[in-house]
Amino acid sequence: MTALVSASTRRLRAILGLTGGTYLVLLITILLPLAAMLYFSFLTVTPIGGRTASFTLKHYTDIFTKPLYRVNGQRSLMLGFQVTLICFALGYPAALFLARHIKNRWREALLLLIVLPFWSNGLVRTFSWTMVLTDSGLVGQALQAVWPGAPSIDLMFSYPAIVIGLVHAYLPYMILTCYVSLQAIDDSLAEAARSLGASSFTIFRRITLPLSLPGVVAGTVLIFVPVLGSFMEPRILGGQQAIMLGTLIENQFTASFNWPLGAALGFTMLAVVILIMGICYPVLKKHLSAN
Amino acid sequence: MSVVGITKVAKRYGRVTALEDVSMTIADGEFFGLLGPSGGGKTTLLRSIAGFIDPDDGEISIDGKPVKNIPINKRDIGMMFQNYALFPHMTVTDNIGFGLSVRHRPKAEIEARVTELLRLVRLEGFGERKPRQLSGGQQQRIALARALATNPRVLLLDEPLGALDKKLREEMQFELKQIQRNVGITTVFVTHDQEEALTLSDRIAIMSEGKVLQIGAPRDIYERPRTRFAAGFLGTANFFEGTVSGREGGLTRILLAGGTAIFTRDEAPEGRSVTIAVRPEKFTVGGATPAPASDAQVNRIAGRIAGEVFAGNSVTYRIDAAGRIVTVYMQNRMTERLGPDAPVTLTWDPAHSIVLED
Repeated sequence: MTALVSASTRRLRAILGLTGGTYLVLLITILLPLAAMLYFSFLTVTPIGGRTASFTLKHYTDIFTKPLYRVNGQRSLMLGFQVTLICFALGYPAALFLARHIKNRWREALLLLIVLPFWSNGLVRTFSWTMVLTDSGLVGQALQAVWPGAPSIDLMFSYPAIVIGLVHAYLPYMILTCYVSLQAIDDSLAEAARSLGASSFTIFRRITLPLSLPGVVAGTVLIFVPVLGSFMEPRILGGQQAIMLGTLIENQFTASFNWPLGAALGFTMLAVVILIMGICYPVLKKHLSAN
Repeated sequence: MSVVGITKVAKRYGRVTALEDVSMTIADGEFFGLLGPSGGGKTTLLRSIAGFIDPDDGEISIDGKPVKNIPINKRDIGMMFQNYALFPHMTVTDNIGFGLSVRHRPKAEIEARVTELLRLVRLEGFGERKPRQLSGGQQQRIALARALATNPRVLLLDEPLGALDKKLREEMQFELKQIQRNVGITTVFVTHDQEEALTLSDRIAIMSEGKVLQIGAPRDIYERPRTRFAAGFLGTANFFEGTVSGREGGLTRILLAGGTAIFTRDEAPEGRSVTIAVRPEKFTVGGATPAPASDAQVNRIAGRIAGEVFAGNSVTYRIDAAGRIVTVYMQNRMTERLGPDAPVTLTWDPAHSIVLED
């Protein structure tokens, strides 16, 4: 009995010793700041600079009653869905092509090109679009020179401009996650399906797509969540269209100095994300349990 | 059930020849083995029959009809892959039913067929499991059931037992043969394992470097190998090189380099250099002073024990005789042990001296 106890104690100690450091880092960098923000979201004013704050639920009741937040929340959700969908529509075929038809060094080179945008600053990248999405920019002028009377490509300060900027920023996530999933599928599975009489389309629908679903899900989560809270692209490229949940939150922290409201908005968004994941979970679990 | 015809098939990859002038006919219901070392072209041939490889030359036909222009998914073949290639996201039932389901067969028919096949491979009650919940042997049987589900005309097996451990492999050899017999399907399988080829096949084709060296029943190839490669790849053989020096009393006399003469029943023109193969179990090992040569129709050479490997029921001797090391298998029946360096006499029937073609 004593031997058993000491064995389990030793085991516990080993687990604590091995994982303790990681949990400490997570505690300091994520859990504590989050807890502080959660606390702030229930305060009347930002408790910095000698101001006295008291407890309130006002921010949360505002969020759920004032149309401003509901409308912009819906706009952000819509943006999230659209950007994710476009990333999937562009990224999945690209990943499939890369995994199936490109070999060896060409594949490495193309993968490098895909991750290349990550090496440049996001702000610089976004500002670069302002030069592309206008008729007076380099691209616009070149187009007019080659094709006088070409249709205008001036999309600056419009909703499509935000979508273009965000798709450009997040597309690599979808390509990479889908590529990893697709590449892990054994070629002999497709051969087996073909020998059993399946057409190329059937093979894709019943073998390739279901087996690459984990990559699609990972890409979707990696894109949808940050797009929901994005503020840089809407602000720089969106103009009049810039008001989104992300920019509203950013405003509370940078312009209005209303941290409690910003924190409350942030936690509401987190709750929405968790809610969406919760709704999708049973469906995903069914399809992802294979591997 | 079908006949597979292969006529002068060739396939090259750049300067590498994978298949060269390969011809054979696989009979209806036959269990046909392609045996050879890796890189010998056997897998290339199997994949050509399946349609994954398009030969440069020659013709492959099933039931007399060329299949060149029939795409893989219309060829009506059942193929079992070396790694089984079971669909990991589908249940065993869906795996087996896949071929019928892509043919849009009614649900009830698929269900009945899957049940029937699960019974055939003795895995009733495993239908709802996923492949990863099965052992290697079970996965292998599911892969076989899946390949048989559509009643294909030809069953192709790529190293069917290669991924199993030795004990399981022996069990599955028996079972695979049994199932093939019951179903009666024309089957072509690839293996590099000579024992697997011997036990499973009705006939074997020995392939090396893209060429077919010999086709025949396992026993025929074993007893009458035509080439040094065939003799050495299927079983073990001792080789004696010499010159034909005459024929006497229905036997051909071969003079070995050291001056020893051995005899064979095979005929060969006088003066030709030939290689003789003798299987290790055909020898009898006797004492240093042999019984008087009452029977001239026996090969007899003197030698010395150079080494011994004891394997319980049998003993492998390495015997230094006629200027070479001869491998001899013996049943463990002798009352005395033959010690190292003991002088012995090797005798064997001239019928077991096989004149090779190369």
